[in-house]
Amino acid sequence: MSILVHKNTRVICQGITGGGGGAFHTKGCLDYGTKMVGGTSPGKGGTKDANGLPIFDTVEQARKATGADATMIFVPPPFAADAICEAAAEGIRLIVAITEGIPVLDMVRAKKFLAEFGDQVTLVGPNCPGVITPGECKIGIMPGYIHTPPEPGKRRVGIISRSGTLTYEAVWQTTQLGWSQSTCVGIGGDPVKGLDFVEVLALFQADADTDAIIMIGEIGGTAEETAAAYIKKNVTKPVAGFIAGRTAPPGKRMGHAGAIISGGEGTAESKIQAMRAAGITVADSPADIGHALNIAWRG
Amino acid sequence: MKIHEYQARELLAKAGIAVPAARVVESAADAAAAFNANAVPLQVVKAQVFAGGRGKAGFVKLVKSAAEAQTAADFMFKNRMVSVQTGPEGIAVKKVLVAAAVDIAHEYYLGLVLDRAKATVSVIASAEGGVEIETVAHQRPQAIIREPLHPALGLPGFAARRVAARLGFTGSQASQVAQVLLKSAALYAQYDCSIVEINPLVLTKDGKILAIDAKINFDDSALFRHPDILAMADPAEHDPLELRAAKANLNYIKLEGDIACLVNGAGLAMATMDVVQLHGGKPANFLDVGGGVKPEGAVEAFRILLSDNKVRGVLVNIFGGIARCDLIAQALIAAGREVGFKVPVVVRLEGTNVQAARDILAEARAELPTLQSATDLNDAAKKIVAATT
Repeated sequence: MSILVHKNTRVICQGITGGGGGAFHTKGCLDYGTKMVGGTSPGKGGTKDANGLPIFDTVEQARKATGADATMIFVPPPFAADAICEAAAEGIRLIVAITEGIPVLDMVRAKKFLAEFGDQVTLVGPNCPGVITPGECKIGIMPGYIHTPPEPGKRRVGIISRSGTLTYEAVWQTTQLGWSQSTCVGIGGDPVKGLDFVEVLALFQADADTDAIIMIGEIGGTAEETAAAYIKKNVTKPVAGFIAGRTAPPGKRMGHAGAIISGGEGTAESKIQAMRAAGITVADSPADIGHALNIAWRG
Repeated sequence: MKIHEYQARELLAKAGIAVPAARVVESAADAAAAFNANAVPLQVVKAQVFAGGRGKAGFVKLVKSAAEAQTAADFMFKNRMVSVQTGPEGIAVKKVLVAAAVDIAHEYYLGLVLDRAKATVSVIASAEGGVEIETVAHQRPQAIIREPLHPALGLPGFAARRVAARLGFTGSQASQVAQVLLKSAALYAQYDCSIVEINPLVLTKDGKILAIDAKINFDDSALFRHPDILAMADPAEHDPLELRAAKANLNYIKLEGDIACLVNGAGLAMATMDVVQLHGGKPANFLDVGGGVKPEGAVEAFRILLSDNKVRGVLVNIFGGIARCDLIAQALIAAGREVGFKVPVVVRLEGTNVQAARDILAEARAELPTLQSATDLNDAAKKIVAATT
């Protein structure tokens, strides 16, 4: 079944005409086979994009006209949190926010706004590569061809990651080792975000079409430690993992806004230790994530 | 973004939080003049640098006369400050703060930071101030008071009064401390801070509440709406190569090692540093060229890496998604032609347009004799470590 997205997911792009990647990646998603049904760009309502998709001024109009249930957000950082709130207010079920560099306090407020909708709305990101169910639906910026859709005889791994390109690395390794992927979720590199490891782990554990799980974390915060405790208690499927940033010096922000060791908290060692204690097979090298999965699978 | 202590004090004062009289100066002679202008018998001279460990390094000094202030400042301007946070080469001091010393009855800690798990800002307070709060948190967690802010409303008045009461304040002092908390929380929201820390906040022997030292950092993502804060940035506190990289939209952090890394994506860039170390090498930098990297940006990235004279080899690791491998290969050759690769360069490419990239590199092989290709990340790390040892 996969999680979050499937072949019938109807997707709009907020910021579809922008140079921030909306236009480019809308085409990429269309080419992959995603049911892209339109987009929004305030002031350009009534026109069409280069692919012939209808453009609307507001999400309300887009939803009414297209029946979209998911959105991919490329709106520039100053306006992106508002775009997330707009999608939630209009009843969009799944919000995938790609935009990087949204002010933290904007996300604090947006997250509070979303909380009022309970489980009616799910946010992925921001500052993430997106979500893909190979062969069915790609919402985001990941290269589609590295993924393998499930087929008879191929085991299916679900992947959760805070990093974009490191996810591609893991996907590629599992593909080369003969795995397929059920769904890959980039939860994003920001400190305040939508889905975190624990929520996605719960979805994968419950998904009958996911056989094993890869979890890729990085320095900063304690989400991996929390996830490890959750796995120990609730996840019966094999889990492999990797943590980036063993060599990162404390107090420096390593690219991602959330990737910083501060006050002795958020170190790679603490995360790796917690994950190993929870029975997760953690790769020492990013080149061995696929092998770690095989080891976890064999038990 | 970070600012200096004297700038943080100015922001606190503007927000209505009491700080002792102080003047910031750039010469030893001015330090003497500042002492006289502050006109109190006991004062403190403090070097204005981002790095901590100033006290132990001798860069915070109590002084009792203008002459002593001048001597202390002269020492700070003439010597580089070396502490656990600076590295052995130390850092130069450009400004010192000459501040009135106060008679302290008790030191407190007040801070506002993001609580990621709760997705909101939280007050951290302790009656055990003046020391590293992390130490207190580890050794005596019960001495730490936490009060999360409401994501939309901020810090309610009652919550500020509750923290003041828990810190042990009563009467008008409790109201004063609650006011400091409310003003700090408002400051945090107004300027999109990432930390506001007053350590110590002191109760003086004559009953005053004063902020003695302050640290304020800002959310880089929100600087676009705070030009006044951006204007406070001190380029002298940043590595010149880091500044140059920022201008080219490259995410670069200089490190201590000798193997330079050029990678797309922050997570993969960190992982590449890790794999270099795993195979016995030491990364010279973190560098994420980003997904939308243009040819000129990639060439500038090579220039920056190679202008660090500690660098004895370069590892290029690209997993092309949005970033195209062929573009990186072309940039590699352009950079090789321009600056010349005197050191070994190991290239590992995968993803979008990888075949085109391999063809481009194969064609240029004769031109770039120090260039090697790698099949995967382990292979790449092994090759660059072998080539540089």
